[in-house]
Amino acid sequence: MQFGILVNEGPYTHQASDSAYLFARTAIEKGHTVPRVFFYHDGVNNSTRLATPPQDDRNVSARWSKLAADHGVDLVVCVAAAQRRGINDDVLAPGFRISGLGQLVEMGIQYDRLVTFGD
Amino acid sequence: MSDMDDMDDGSGVIKKFMFLNRKAPHGTVYALEGLEVVLITAAFDQDVSMVFTDDGVYQLLKGIDSKGIEVKDFSKTYRALEGYDIEKLYVDQASLDARGLSEDDLIVDVTVLSVPEMANLMAEQDVVISF
Repeated sequence: MQFGILVNEGPYTHQASDSAYLFARTAIEKGHTVPRVFFYHDGVNNSTRLATPPQDDRNVSARWSKLAADHGVDLVVCVAAAQRRGINDDVLAPGFRISGLGQLVEMGIQYDRLVTFGD
Repeated sequence: MSDMDDMDDGSGVIKKFMFLNRKAPHGTVYALEGLEVVLITAAFDQDVSMVFTDDGVYQLLKGIDSKGIEVKDFSKTYRALEGYDIEKLYVDQASLDARGLSEDDLIVDVTVLSVPEMANLMAEQDVVISF
């Protein structure tokens, strides 16, 4: 099954991004595909490479980047939401790209399921 | 919003998208940014429904004045939805009741549904996105 994933909260304060990551990783492990993850609202803050969490904590953006590198997951950050929050190409972690909301709608149209992670 | 006309993913597929609006119009950005997704989805010629439930019913309240908190009042956008062919607006009866509101307090024409009716409507959808 093809899963599209929507992440609506930023890292660390809310669990949404962690849950989305674990869902995506597990779905792939189980033989499903996750062609794209879309980051909206404060979810765009998952895409910065400038975050430096403590060594003994998970690195949320780096973890997403690795998922993209290992499984070709397309990590898309909403441009309008990103611009509001100071996220641009200069700060993006590997595997993320900035694009429009059309990419989210396409997931709903094309994939078997669209799963939202947020509050 | 003029750049949104004639969007298409090329597949010709039309799915039923429901947008579940659960949050008050101000206090958080969910309502405002959620509305953006609704308009884009309509530009993709999809079958769009909007549901207002919980504090989301406040999004449709008449007479919103956000000047005092110095943020944009976007409530007029709900009146413009018809122009984007978004005419399926549903409001949860229990959420109105719990807040002492009725249909007359809302700025647009809506269909008020009971919880079981809402559940049936939701079950018919291909995609449900909650803000």
